[in-house]
Amino acid sequence: MRTHERDAAVIEGKAHVASLDAEHELTIEEPSGLKPPVEQPGTGRRMTLNMGPQHPSTHGVLRVVLELDGETILKARPEIGYLHTGIEKQCEGRKYQQVIPLTDRVDYLANLSNNLCYSLAVERLLSLEIPPMAQWMRVMLAELTRISSHLIWLGTHALDIGAMSVYFYCFREREEILKVFEMFSGQRMMTSYIRIGGLALEPPRGWHKAVTALINRLTRGVDEYQNLLATNPIWVNRTKGVGMMPLNMMIDLGVTGPLLRAAGLKIDARKDCPHSSYELFDFDVPTRTGNDVYARFEVRMEEMRQSVRIVKQTLDGMPSGPFQADAAHVVLPDREKMKTQMESLIYHFKIVTEGFRVPAGSVYQVVESPRGELGYYVVSDGTANPHRVFMRTPSFGNLQALGAMLEGVLIADSIAIMGSLDFVLGDVDR
Amino acid sequence: MLPEAVAENPTAGAVYQQLPEAIVDAKSGFGELTLGIAQNQIVDVCRVLKNSVGFERLSAVTAVDWWPREPRFEVVYLLHSIRENARLRLNVRLGEDEDEDEEIDSICSVWRGANWYEREVFDLFGIRFRNHPNLERIMMPGDWEGHPLRKDYPVHGHKYSYQDE
Repeated sequence: MRTHERDAAVIEGKAHVASLDAEHELTIEEPSGLKPPVEQPGTGRRMTLNMGPQHPSTHGVLRVVLELDGETILKARPEIGYLHTGIEKQCEGRKYQQVIPLTDRVDYLANLSNNLCYSLAVERLLSLEIPPMAQWMRVMLAELTRISSHLIWLGTHALDIGAMSVYFYCFREREEILKVFEMFSGQRMMTSYIRIGGLALEPPRGWHKAVTALINRLTRGVDEYQNLLATNPIWVNRTKGVGMMPLNMMIDLGVTGPLLRAAGLKIDARKDCPHSSYELFDFDVPTRTGNDVYARFEVRMEEMRQSVRIVKQTLDGMPSGPFQADAAHVVLPDREKMKTQMESLIYHFKIVTEGFRVPAGSVYQVVESPRGELGYYVVSDGTANPHRVFMRTPSFGNLQALGAMLEGVLIADSIAIMGSLDFVLGDVDR
Repeated sequence: MLPEAVAENPTAGAVYQQLPEAIVDAKSGFGELTLGIAQNQIVDVCRVLKNSVGFERLSAVTAVDWWPREPRFEVVYLLHSIRENARLRLNVRLGEDEDEDEEIDSICSVWRGANWYEREVFDLFGIRFRNHPNLERIMMPGDWEGHPLRKDYPVHGHKYSYQDE
């Protein structure tokens, strides 16, 4: 009788507990053909477990099929597609400017990074020049997006591992960032604030004061959360030495962003291919060599500090000037002008009804989203609708490494590892 | 015979030197280099680019449908060299020869990361990848009919027809 059959028999009262002693077990002969083919380490009992698609620690609708031996994961197969909404298909049926609200919904925790990347791609096709004020404002908002996205990551990651209070602090601070976004665009999350040719609206009165107050608060906050967790022995034990993967394997599997930086590779699209005048700002690309969940935590915490540093620089040196490009055929005219000047009215009518034509060609634009390399490959056939918009989303590439990363780890560690990948399922499935 | 615009580019030169038949087209626009590659040479070209030119990263694989134009499909490979901080795009036009329609060799043997991207292209465009370890649908359900990102596929799907439209 094999162990699990015996256990079941004992539970059902069919076998005596006395038959459990070792001596007795030795004499039991396995009926031929029923022997387990290979003796596995651990219990020798394989089990397939479905994690998700509705599971709190998969942060959305991700399904991971785990093959377990006791508590050890032998094989993990991520299954995606539960949130596939066909955004790339929808883009093809819309005008260029109508795609912006869709990009918000790709990575719904880093909306402005997606707005920015798409806008930059189309602006390159149109050869538009963006005024400095709009560029700096974009940098500021993209960095605030990074902080708010990292706050969500930190809160939920810590919650998964059991540190509940950090979650409340993080969401409290994130709410303050969302209030600033609301002040700018009228929307907390789906901002659509960065548009082709500049910004959607003029920055609101009092933005400088609001962002200054926010930054002062965040400067303190980030240190506080790091102290809360880095001095917590449970957190350190659960994260140090967990989820390691060789750097070349990560690159091979398409991983980008903080995961590579936590393995010691200094890679950041803001430095490597600067856009929106990122080259004018003074900031560091944090790296660690731990290559585990803890190193990824440290890298992201340091990134928040660097983002705070960048936002401070934008506050000090924000140039004045127009917030939209001087391109009447692309940018909607000022409301007042539209109502008083014939030419503006015609442009307004043409942009709203027909859109604007983009010269034929294709570009691949990369920005550094909070999760890694975000790229938009936009193909134009010369009409007012994009022929193809491909979104190279960082979560898709990072998630591909999950299966290999989970092999051989304990099931409890899989929660920490998934948290450290920081994927957003909207970003994976599009 | 490389076009003049890219003849001095070291990347294009290196590929041309090792596989002179592979490059069928080359252009440079918006500061990005695009090489058109022959359909049957893509794996060799990728291997050369990864091992001797230094493009250690594959950013993504995707496709473009030019229906009703012929040849219809174009498979696009986005490569990245971390060392050189360079990016490169490879385009492969499918179906130039009649018998090779809508099928191309998988580059999973060069970059393991190509796996999901090729599955996505297969799922949404219906382009098959030879020697792919697990060519299944990834975004759509397994029993889905049709390939949604094809230009002749309606936005609302084939199964439903709305009388008012």
